[in-house]
Amino acid sequence: MSKVEIDNRLLKPGVYFMRGNDASVEGALIAGCRFFAGYPITPSNEIATLMSRRLPQVGGIYMQFEDEIGSIMAVLGASNGGVKSMTATSGPGFSLMQEAIGLAAMTETPAVIVEVQRGGPSTGLPTQVGQGDVMQVKWGSHGDYEIVAYLPNSPQEMFDMTIKAFNTAWRYRVPVVVLSDQMIGHMREKVVVPPYEEIEIVERRRPEESPEEFLPFSNKYLIPPMAVAGEGYRIHVTGLAHNEKGYPTTDYETVRKLVTRLVRKIRDNERDIAEYEEFMADDAKLIIVSFGITSRSAKKAVRDARSKGLKVGLFRPKTAWPFPYWRLQELTNNGADVLVVEINMGQMYRVVREHVRSSEVYNMPLTPGACPSPEDIYKKIEEVYPR
Amino acid sequence: MKHPYLRYLRPENVPTVFCPGCGIGIVMKALFQAFDELGYETLEEFVFVSGIGCSAWIPSPHILADSVHTLHGRAIPVATGIKLVKPDLNVLVIGGDGDIAGIGGNHLLHAARRNMDLMVIMINNQVYGMTGGQLAPTTPYGMKTTTTPYGNPEEPMDTCDIVASAGANYVARWTVGHYLQLKDAFKKAMEKQGFRFVEAVSQCPSRVSSRIGLSPADHIKYYLRNSVDIRKAEELLPEERMEKIIVGEYVDRNKPGYLEKIKMVMRR
Repeated sequence: MSKVEIDNRLLKPGVYFMRGNDASVEGALIAGCRFFAGYPITPSNEIATLMSRRLPQVGGIYMQFEDEIGSIMAVLGASNGGVKSMTATSGPGFSLMQEAIGLAAMTETPAVIVEVQRGGPSTGLPTQVGQGDVMQVKWGSHGDYEIVAYLPNSPQEMFDMTIKAFNTAWRYRVPVVVLSDQMIGHMREKVVVPPYEEIEIVERRRPEESPEEFLPFSNKYLIPPMAVAGEGYRIHVTGLAHNEKGYPTTDYETVRKLVTRLVRKIRDNERDIAEYEEFMADDAKLIIVSFGITSRSAKKAVRDARSKGLKVGLFRPKTAWPFPYWRLQELTNNGADVLVVEINMGQMYRVVREHVRSSEVYNMPLTPGACPSPEDIYKKIEEVYPR
Repeated sequence: MKHPYLRYLRPENVPTVFCPGCGIGIVMKALFQAFDELGYETLEEFVFVSGIGCSAWIPSPHILADSVHTLHGRAIPVATGIKLVKPDLNVLVIGGDGDIAGIGGNHLLHAARRNMDLMVIMINNQVYGMTGGQLAPTTPYGMKTTTTPYGNPEEPMDTCDIVASAGANYVARWTVGHYLQLKDAFKKAMEKQGFRFVEAVSQCPSRVSSRIGLSPADHIKYYLRNSVDIRKAEELLPEERMEKIIVGEYVDRNKPGYLEKIKMVMRR
């Protein structure tokens, strides 16, 4: 852990009234982000717009690229140059970035991607809300790899989770996604910037060995220290399957060790990485699983249900990946049923069904373009509540 | 005695993976001679970035320097990211025609337009060699490839022309038969700011030379016979130009590079 580098142009500790997308920018700068590359896309534009103004003020570089592929690749270049870097996009741009996300996972290049979801599929609903990218975040690129995705449900969490995303990316050397949505991105709300000394900032672990002795992808570590370009390590970074020196290989045993490590570095640490919030869930007979903007309607629906004597609770994953399944299992061990509410046709619903085997799991399939009201969710609660 | 240019290579990755008779060896030697003549004992000041294809394997895993082997067509944006955060390093992109001009063509166009402070070496063997010799955007009209068995119906692109028009500071094309000119172009490009593009037309013995019944040496001779200097090319009719390989410097200017331009707009 290091301290926030005090720069009088960073957003000072205090209470602000801010848009979610803007809060993400200020969080990123406090986390140490000094490079942003992006391409215009609704509803994430405010992030690039504010970055283009703010980054030069803190000694960083902003650049607009010819497309989202160029943007994410430049982010990976800057990261391999030793600078914390990020991009922001929405569904269509995120689809274009998938090959690069696989490259980042394979080369263990940290990067942060803020994905402000809109309605899909395809061009879909550029200005309207959707939560249909839960699965794409996890499975978008080919092959086996693990990444992390945070699920903010307020401008405050856009701020907090962007900082966390940088910490997780640089701690585990993985691409990390802040999976927001159009409503959270555009919402204005109170954002508290805590005193800098209370903010945890993680830097990359640097090699201790000399360039001659250093093995950049050593299996001695779950997460090897990272050397960057220009430090004299003569790094060799490749998306090809590689040995501990980083050189291409087709040797089965070497590749097995590499791919296993790439997956294990997240799976072995899933309980440290995953986060969740619970609301009246302990004694609940029906637990609503919801995230992002829908979790706010769901919370109100839980209160309404409680006022009518129905034992309903909320379990809000704050990370989609890794999914905090163990806690949900504990909460449902007593036989509590689950209702998944998300603006898609049943994506997190599948994950919940995978882990909750002892009780009923319902969902509320929703097409994109609108957030369900607390009343909509309450109606569904009445329909499925165990009597 | 050790070859003096071995100091630029990762010893554990020599010999290289290239086919016997491939023009890449000539390009590598010209590049190393350029480093040597410019006085670089090591390549600590360089970062090499490549995409996918045979030519991308020149730096990765062979050249003893920081190198990043990226995705097909995407070396230029990665190189841009590195250059912007490490402006003191010389960032070199090496790739083939399919990688740089085909799938990566949009990045090439915009990096040239920005006059981004990068040097790009494009080795043009006129096909996708690694995957079996398929049609490339640089394949001459009428040429048979594995995916144009009746001949190529498309007109090839003159990548140098496009990059020069887009705004690059330095653009040159030579064949691997023009060894000294190629080496000098590398040297000149290395010493300049902004976007620098050197195309090396090279034989692919496995996918092209053998199909047209030429030995690698005869293929180089064919390139030499078929080359015309850019100053003389202007006198040719368009259909005559198409038959020829135009060699020489397309452009050599000293506009401010992108890094300088950032400073210029910030000062305003």
